[in-house]
Amino acid sequence: MKAETGAAATPATGGKAVAHSVAESSPGLRWLAGLVVVVYALVTMIPLVWILLTGFKTPQDSISYPPKVVFEPSLEGYVNLFTNRSRQTPEYMASLPPPETWYDKLVRSRNMVITGPSRFKDRYVNSVIIGFGSTFLAVFLGTLTAYAFSRFRVPLQDDLLFFILSTRMMPPIAVAIPIFLMFRELGLSDTHLGMILLYTAVNMSLSVWLLKGFMDEIPREYEEAAMVDGYTRLQAFFKVVLPQATTGIAATAIFCLIFAWNEYAFALLLTSGNAQTAPPFIPIIIGEGGLDWPAVAAGTTLFLLPVLIFTVMLRSHLLRGITFGAVRK
Amino acid sequence: MADVALRGVHKRFGETTAVEGMDLAVADGEFLVLLGPTGAGKTTTLRLLAGLEKPDEGEVRIGGHDVTGEPPAARDLAFVFQQYSLYPHMTAYDNLAFPLRAPGRRLDDGRIRDRVTHIAELLHIDHKLDSKATQLSGGEMQRVAIGRALVRDPAAFLMDEPLSSLDAKLRSELRLELARIHRERGATIVYVTHDQIEAMTLADRIGVLREGRLVQLGPPRDVYEAPRNVYVASRLGSPAMNLLPGDLLPVEGKPEGTATVGARTEHLHIAPADDGRGVGTVRRIEHLGDQNHIHLAVGEHTLVTLADPASALRTGDPVDIRLDAPVFFDRDGEQLAPRTR
Repeated sequence: MKAETGAAATPATGGKAVAHSVAESSPGLRWLAGLVVVVYALVTMIPLVWILLTGFKTPQDSISYPPKVVFEPSLEGYVNLFTNRSRQTPEYMASLPPPETWYDKLVRSRNMVITGPSRFKDRYVNSVIIGFGSTFLAVFLGTLTAYAFSRFRVPLQDDLLFFILSTRMMPPIAVAIPIFLMFRELGLSDTHLGMILLYTAVNMSLSVWLLKGFMDEIPREYEEAAMVDGYTRLQAFFKVVLPQATTGIAATAIFCLIFAWNEYAFALLLTSGNAQTAPPFIPIIIGEGGLDWPAVAAGTTLFLLPVLIFTVMLRSHLLRGITFGAVRK
Repeated sequence: MADVALRGVHKRFGETTAVEGMDLAVADGEFLVLLGPTGAGKTTTLRLLAGLEKPDEGEVRIGGHDVTGEPPAARDLAFVFQQYSLYPHMTAYDNLAFPLRAPGRRLDDGRIRDRVTHIAELLHIDHKLDSKATQLSGGEMQRVAIGRALVRDPAAFLMDEPLSSLDAKLRSELRLELARIHRERGATIVYVTHDQIEAMTLADRIGVLREGRLVQLGPPRDVYEAPRNVYVASRLGSPAMNLLPGDLLPVEGKPEGTATVGARTEHLHIAPADDGRGVGTVRRIEHLGDQNHIHLAVGEHTLVTLADPASALRTGDPVDIRLDAPVFFDRDGEQLAPRTR
């Protein structure tokens, strides 16, 4: 960040300095550092790999003991995730015309027929609408709020900032009932709008505090120069401040999305039919004789993808965004 | 170009008074330098003119109009900041073109290209136009920053220590360029600095600020030769003016009530004491190459003055010191007129 905004002051970038300190240390230390990183990566990856593998197991393989690491992959989990099925008598099965698709065939091999699509797709779409919608709102409003706190003399500034942060101090479960009652009065229960507003409100504290830090780092001379040059403050904000803040905005957006995407407690308590997101839905996918683990794992795998893609897309910003505070100066 | 003025302007930040009762009129085409240490209110004065700060009292006038209530964009000024004034996400070209693309005074692309190229040539940065601002050296950046002010034809230029972040060579180079631009364009310039060389060489008039007040305003020679008080006197001259008790050395024309005598090199005549018993002793000689700084001990006081490098004086030598028409100050540090014979 320093390299981007403040190169006028110091040509040397902090990032390089940090890279050097590792690269210049002894080979033994570098090996050790590498080993620690690899071990840590493995530890964090194991559950993810397990979920990924379980998604391709049959229900039987998924609960076998000892657990199977080598198995014959099956798409049954994914088929079960997207469909509702019912068991039929052998006579009925025999009376059916031959299956038209590979998934029909797969289901029939279990003596079942597909009765219709499951609600997974709706839940997933809900997650996308609510997750990205609230992220956009929280980052948009947070950017403007943070700019105002950063640049103007706001009365009671410190108290307001603390007040904004305090919304994070209670566990969701503690405020769920008041919010439930409020939503019922306002007709927001189990609506997309309600969940977007709720996640936006919760994420505002994160986005205002993060972005205020980034805004404070942008010298006000930038927009002042633009204002003297004939731009209004709003034009200067869009032309000069926003391009400088993209790193911070990207980092903030990722954090907001991860929260909204993974949020479980509010989603469980405040939604049921219409606006339910994927997190409360996935863990309770029932198969025959209990949870359908391959379907749960398949749902989890698909659920991870958007955040993964979003984070990879913005990862260069994210890296600079979360490290710039440390390497500056 | 136009004249700019502050009339009875006060500006406070919370408890701190930044500018107090400022009356300042800059004539059309004048190069006015505001001189003072950090915290004297120089930058605030510029920002008040630019509209980046609103005065608590008083009015700001540009070209004879009261613009106190107008936003910076409406004032048609150009501001060169001390640093941070280039947009790092833009090329040098886009930085220079930025003021010309402002809504309301937008030029067409062809004319923007002409102007930007012209200014870039003037400042010798034409080969760097496609570089990102962050790829420029410090000197190039500051040239672009100055260039961004010059591409327009504003009512006045406001410059806040534009050369202070540069090395000595570039500073003197750009100082000459600024002087030339001022001459050729007949530009009204208000220039803030704490560098007395910039002040002396560039200014038509110097305004010396202290704690938000204008202490003295006048042509460089007047301010240098007839400083109104000890504060102004100590801001100009290198080495700085020696401030001595009124009775330390004998001097002609000393007026009644003199508490302090101010003496620069030109007021001091130093000669080796032939009898070996001078009023002072040479304590130290600093060789700067083209000149020497001589530190003289007189009683408990030390004087610093320039001496010819060819001077035969050595450390420890006794010297006679004669004062020639120095500056007199009373107990409050205000200048006293010398007594005429």
